Amino acid sequence: MSKIKFQRKHLSIPYAAFLLLFVVLPLILIVYYALTDVNGTISLKNFINFFKDKNKLGLLSFSVIIGVANTVLCLLIGYPIAMILSNRKYNKSMVMVLLFVMPMWINFVLRTAATRDLLYWLGINGGENPYLATMIGMVYNYLPFTILPLYTTMLKMDKSLIEASYDLGAKPYQTFYKTIIPMTMPGIVSAATMVFMPTMSSFVISDIMGERKISLIGNAIQFNFDQSRWHDGSLIALIMLLIIGIITLLTKNIQKEENVRGGLW
Amino acid sequence: MVKKVFAKSYVWLMLLIMYAPILTLIVFSFTESKNIGSWTGFSFKLYRDMFKNEEIVTALVNTIIVAVSAGIVSTILGTLGAIGIYYCTPKAKRIMNGLSQIPVMNAEIVTAISLTILFVSFGVKFNFFTLLVGHVVLTVPFVVLSVMPKLKQMDPNIYEAALDLGATPKKALWSVVIPEILPGIFSGFMLTITLSLDDYIITAFTRDNSFSTLSTYVYGATAKKGALPPTLRALTTVITLIVLGILIIINVKTKNKKVVNRRGRI
Repeated sequence: MSKIKFQRKHLSIPYAAFLLLFVVLPLILIVYYALTDVNGTISLKNFINFFKDKNKLGLLSFSVIIGVANTVLCLLIGYPIAMILSNRKYNKSMVMVLLFVMPMWINFVLRTAATRDLLYWLGINGGENPYLATMIGMVYNYLPFTILPLYTTMLKMDKSLIEASYDLGAKPYQTFYKTIIPMTMPGIVSAATMVFMPTMSSFVISDIMGERKISLIGNAIQFNFDQSRWHDGSLIALIMLLIIGIITLLTKNIQKEENVRGGLW
Repeated sequence: MVKKVFAKSYVWLMLLIMYAPILTLIVFSFTESKNIGSWTGFSFKLYRDMFKNEEIVTALVNTIIVAVSAGIVSTILGTLGAIGIYYCTPKAKRIMNGLSQIPVMNAEIVTAISLTILFVSFGVKFNFFTLLVGHVVLTVPFVVLSVMPKLKQMDPNIYEAALDLGATPKKALWSVVIPEILPGIFSGFMLTITLSLDDYIITAFTRDNSFSTLSTYVYGATAKKGALPPTLRALTTVITLIVLGILIIINVKTKNKKVVNRRGRI
């Protein structure tokens, strides 16, 4: 047998094997567990029952609501910050941007616990106000992820179009709605997906901030696996996967910032 | 002018609010009181306690070991992967890029439980290896995503030129291609370290329960009602200072590089 000639594409073989073994195969296992029952018989029963169960539908819609609320809040707070930071009249250095992103490098659990302790001191007790405390914790954690994609999109924005809009007689709010918002749409979509999906599936923030009184999809998956109920847990995970898949497909064309977190370095 | 003052104060106010929790912990790390909010005199006791607390020190060391190992493995695997994908046929390229996107887009909890199922199904005991695999799954696509743009920017002829000048393919890759994409490899490595240091969910599901990292240690501490253990306030200060230090170093370095580039152009 002759030795196979070295080709550059062969370098991706270990990576491909790694992905198949540790990404694709585990997902297949999730699908398997989601669509079988304890006896191992394949059935769509679990899947259909999920959408008949009021509690589970409630969990799903509650997670969506929290996700949407957090996305909207982060965009409302973060959009003006990104605009100011990207405007050369107000800010000329990268330092301010780095300051906004720096909390991401301080351990996530520690940061969340710090927020909880501060709120406690200020009289907002996570045990008594789990919703308020959780929302604050969510905004704290995801605001940097909103600012960064918005900022990078705004830097690339063609400023002369804004001037043109003014020259053509548009009022400031018209310019904002008809020129600035459409131009920054890729950043908005990017930021929204970066916030929405992790919010729905996170269980750490709701656990710490809401003192384990709030349950999101992520909490439900984690809880089922803690109790070794793999079939139920996998089913919820599969539904989460479907939601992620649909959102990814829907936003694929608008979203051009492929590597938002990578922009950090 | 009014607009400028307004804009600046909005940004500074938001920064202040964002840093309030961390700053509070830092301020109260210099006192011995049980809870934040009460000041019982200036002291460094919490810092002494922290370095004497074996659990915290072990968790810190473990966190760094995991991050560096995951960083090295992901960087090698991801860099080779990116080079390989770049030279694949368009169809293979599309498939590989699609697969790379899965861990990036997927919810961390789903990735975590999928790995739990995998390891338990195949009878693998949770140990350092399973934890490392978890972190590599989480981070390796980001290395590929960081290296890929550098490959696209590279002059495709230089590799052929090296071969024409008598280099073996391996030698050409090592001494021509790798130096060209080095900045991408470096940013991929740094990103891997950042993600790994910050991770809780994957760690919680793929570790051996006796192995604690910073995240799992702090998470365990929050499970008890009431405030964080006071020593963690000292820890917050130390971590913040380290992060700040690294950021300043990187910032100064990149500034120097930019100056050089500008001069180079002239």
